[in-house]
Amino acid sequence: MNDHYQLLIIGGGPAGLAAATTASGQGISCALLDEQPAPGGQIYRSIESVPDTRAQTLGTEYLRGKTLAAAFRESDVEYYPETRVWSLNNGREIGITHKSQSKIITADQILVASGAIERPMPFSGWTLPGVMQAGAGQILFKAAGVIPSDGVVLAGSGPLLLLLAWQYLQLGVDIKVILDVTPLSNHLFALPKLPRALLAHHYLTKGLVYQRDLSRAGVKTKIGASNLQAAGDDLLKSVNYRHLGREHTIETDLLLTHFGVIPHIWLTQSAGCKHQWDNSQQCWRPRHDEWGNTSIEGILVAGDGAGINGARSAEHAGRIAGLQALFELGILTESERNKQAKNDQKWMKADRHIRPFLEAYFAIPQSMLATTDNETIICRCEEITAGQIREAVETGHGGSNDVKYITRCGMGACQGRQCANSVAHIVADAGGEAVSESSHYRGRPPVAPLTLKQLASLTKENRQ
Amino acid sequence: MNTDVLIIGAGLMGSSIALQLAMRGCKCAVIDKASPGRHASGANAGGLRLLNRDPAEIPLSLEAAKMWHEIESLVDSDCDSRFTGQLRVAENKSDMAKLEERASMVRAMGYQHEEIIGKKELYQLVPALAPHCVGGLLCRQDGYGRPYHAVTAFRRKAESLGVTFQSATEAYTIEQEGKDWKVKTSQGTFNSSIVVNCAGAWSGKIAGMLNESVPLTPKALMLMVTERLPHFVDPVMGAASRKLSFKQMQNGTLIIGGALVAKLDFKKEKTDLDWNQLAESAKTVLHFFPQLQEVRIVRAWAGIEAYMPDNLPVISASQKANNFYHAFGFSAHGFQLSPVIGRIMSQLILDGHSELPIEPFHINRF
Amino acid sequence: MFKQLPNDQLEMVDILLNGEKIQVPLGTNVAAMTLSQGQRYTRTTSLSGSKRAPFCMMGVCYECLMVIDGIANQRSCVTYVKQGMQIETQQGVGSLPEGAHHE
Ligand SMILES: Cc1cc2nc3c(=O)[nH]c(=O)nc-3n(C[C@H](O)[C@H](O)[C@H](O)COP(=O)(O)OP(=O)(O)OC[C@H]3O[C@@H](n4cnc5c(N)ncnc54)[C@H](O)[C@@H]3O)c2cc1C
Ligand SMILES: Cc1cc2nc3c(=O)[nH]c(=O)nc-3n(C[C@H](O)[C@H](O)[C@H](O)COP(=O)(O)OP(=O)(O)OC[C@H]3O[C@@H](n4cnc5c(N)ncnc54)[C@H](O)[C@@H]3O)c2cc1C
Ligand code: FES
Repeated sequence: MNDHYQLLIIGGGPAGLAAATTASGQGISCALLDEQPAPGGQIYRSIESVPDTRAQTLGTEYLRGKTLAAAFRESDVEYYPETRVWSLNNGREIGITHKSQSKIITADQILVASGAIERPMPFSGWTLPGVMQAGAGQILFKAAGVIPSDGVVLAGSGPLLLLLAWQYLQLGVDIKVILDVTPLSNHLFALPKLPRALLAHHYLTKGLVYQRDLSRAGVKTKIGASNLQAAGDDLLKSVNYRHLGREHTIETDLLLTHFGVIPHIWLTQSAGCKHQWDNSQQCWRPRHDEWGNTSIEGILVAGDGAGINGARSAEHAGRIAGLQALFELGILTESERNKQAKNDQKWMKADRHIRPFLEAYFAIPQSMLATTDNETIICRCEEITAGQIREAVETGHGGSNDVKYITRCGMGACQGRQCANSVAHIVADAGGEAVSESSHYRGRPPVAPLTLKQLASLTKENRQ
Repeated sequence: MNTDVLIIGAGLMGSSIALQLAMRGCKCAVIDKASPGRHASGANAGGLRLLNRDPAEIPLSLEAAKMWHEIESLVDSDCDSRFTGQLRVAENKSDMAKLEERASMVRAMGYQHEEIIGKKELYQLVPALAPHCVGGLLCRQDGYGRPYHAVTAFRRKAESLGVTFQSATEAYTIEQEGKDWKVKTSQGTFNSSIVVNCAGAWSGKIAGMLNESVPLTPKALMLMVTERLPHFVDPVMGAASRKLSFKQMQNGTLIIGGALVAKLDFKKEKTDLDWNQLAESAKTVLHFFPQLQEVRIVRAWAGIEAYMPDNLPVISASQKANNFYHAFGFSAHGFQLSPVIGRIMSQLILDGHSELPIEPFHINRF
Repeated sequence: MFKQLPNDQLEMVDILLNGEKIQVPLGTNVAAMTLSQGQRYTRTTSLSGSKRAPFCMMGVCYECLMVIDGIANQRSCVTYVKQGMQIETQQGVGSLPEGAHHE
């Protein structure tokens, strides 16, 4: 690994892979760094190693990753898997650990393609063993061929929930019930956005096919379920919910939940890139222009880390950002860049037609975002409840960071990733302001795990 | 807004001064351009250290130590303080000689708080320490507290006595009209008989508004904190000849620092961590505690602090104007002093002099 | 709660899970392996002592911390099994390795 590259790409999902393939063969020094052991990112995880029979059950969208990964393997871009990027600053210096050796490397252009995480959504009992995120269920299958053995309850909102249900159906998993917490009123709000969404109708058709297959197989879906609660003394025993005005309980040892995905912004945040609240996607994202330029020169973003647009758009955005980096490096002229980006820009625009509809349809109700159940744990690491956060606000700790200082909420091992958004929502709610006006935890490196030994390996004597 | 005393800066100093003034019946307002404890006072390492103080500071620091031991009676909270001692470790004979020299100097001044300990007692005190060390210098009454909790406790107590705190209120200009001060801020004008400058790293700017020049340098100091660990060390650790400040907090996390300076863009208030220095620091920690190799760092940050050329604070009345006071320049060791600074400043303001020897901290020394 | 589908393409290795010797496919992540062995939780918290299990499976939530080859606080969802690996449920903050001994 060099000390300096002309282009560094962080993340090996569709955005990063497409950018790398674009930068290949251009005579520049370029490397792609990713924490995972193989290319693919979240959606195409384990794409190179999943046995064919299993890959089929994951659907055609998943198989698309094969081509992407293969093209990347053909490229002349240096690839460093199992490499953690733990810091990025505005001087385009990044701190990494690869094979227990840490290093500071610099680059002229840095593309952050760090993707998304599942939106952590606190509700009563969500810390019980047996409650997991739906994406986690999917990863268990993709990466290890592990599936539920005694049935599963799926709950939440968003396309991924439906996709996972359909994938489980193919695998013969017993789906006890799907609890769709999307409020019925969302349908009304989303309606005006439907005509534009029809321009990207393949998404809708796919969704309808999944739904049809599920209902044909007799899987029950409770639309408009609410008051989701996971119950059990120390392990999950049952799930409680309200549907059509009545309370229900269903026994299960596994509940997989999904509430959409939000951008992984810790790298851009710690670099000091400007971020903004996206009302429609209910999350923060880095500010960027159509080429992926952030507020800091030479730092670009693409893919879900820039704002949630899905895997296809991530691929287009990755290529566009790759072209932008080549332009900045003087490899392409402005008109060459513009010409080569045309197709991707066109397809990306088309692909995004669906978004306003999806975002309105699957918007999470405010009552869940800023839970009023004061007993619910918000910070899983430090076991801080919604009530403690509200109390901190009432005693004069007006922002997320002040709440963090006084309660230790967000100071635990996950570095606030699981509670940052919920705390912002609750703080805003308690202070009577809009969440867009409230503050996010300040970005504090290291943004990926770094041990004392790994840090010490940066010193001159310990460098290998 | 009208008040008797306007305090600029709601860090520990501003809050402590406001509390002491309010206890004596003064009407005070504290303004902060950010929020209480947003800067050095909330971001510091929480060390309550009397050990190895500059001789000029010893009388103040001794008094502060007494106040910390009874802090609950002052602010209704123990500020999560613990008195486990602070220790400087010697690794060889020359380290030991250095520490012995220091100890005898302090004894010669008539103080008893710093004591030399030998190898045996060192390892009784810190069994987890690497085996090569030979002894140390110990101050048993030292310890640590939780900085943001302390600022909050001081603020709340002051508020209960009628002090008002106003966040997001930046002092822009200061003018004297007759005897009174007019301080223009981002939230309107404050009229006050007396103004106190406790603006931390920004105090030079405030003094500049009176044309009073001070050689203050803002610096950004770095700290790292680890994940929670099982309890394994009591005293706050330093070393005789290495940069080290190391403590295990009540919650099991380790705070690691020791005069590590980050890059600072003071205008933008932007700090950039220097990982090479942090790496040296990690190495030093592993040198003393090799069992911590696999321990994860959860956060690193830098806090902005005011440094004076002699590393001593300015605690004095202004030389340029009447009814204007300064308390700044604590050069990375103000947390421990904060309770006593409130007392000294309230005496200076209300009585014209303090019971403690504060001549060395006069602004006219520069 | 979970089961692992058979995959004969993968080499099997021996590991110790809470002292019990088992055979699992090489390269499986430790969290997936632990869950598919029927173990329902991977750690207890240091504050309330409550049980926790993997939540995100992508390295961001830190709920899956286990003691792996004697080292506490390892994220089991991003650690991959190797021949002879020793894996234990983590209790609270776990323990530190012994320091070097002095006379
Ligand atoms: C758990 C999960 C499952 C999903 N499943 C699907 C699905 O089945 N279908 C679908 O359409 N969409 C899915 N999505 C949505 C998905 O985010 C996008 O469709 C797509 O993966 C976005 O591509 P990307 O290139 O932007 O990022 P990603 O594919 O997320 O890739 C980002 C990569 O960056 C790496 N990375 C992040 N931070 C660092 C760091 N600090 N150091 C080193 N590497 C780093 C990650 O390891 C990852 O490999 C899923 C999302 C999640 C979170
Ligand atoms: C990383 C670090 C570690 C440290 N460790 C220790 C330790 O272990 N032990 C110890 O004793 N000391 C320690 N210190 C030193 C200690 O934190 C400081 O000396 C002390 O907090 C100073 O308090 P203050 O109130 O003067 O300053 P601050 O807390 O910085 O407060 C000044 C306030 O003034 C406000 N302000 C500035 N300009 C204006 C304006 N124009 N209008 C309105 N408000 C304004 C700022 O917003 C700020 O909140 C450390 C410091 C740092 C940075
Ligand atoms: S399960 Fe979330 S970090 Fe491992």
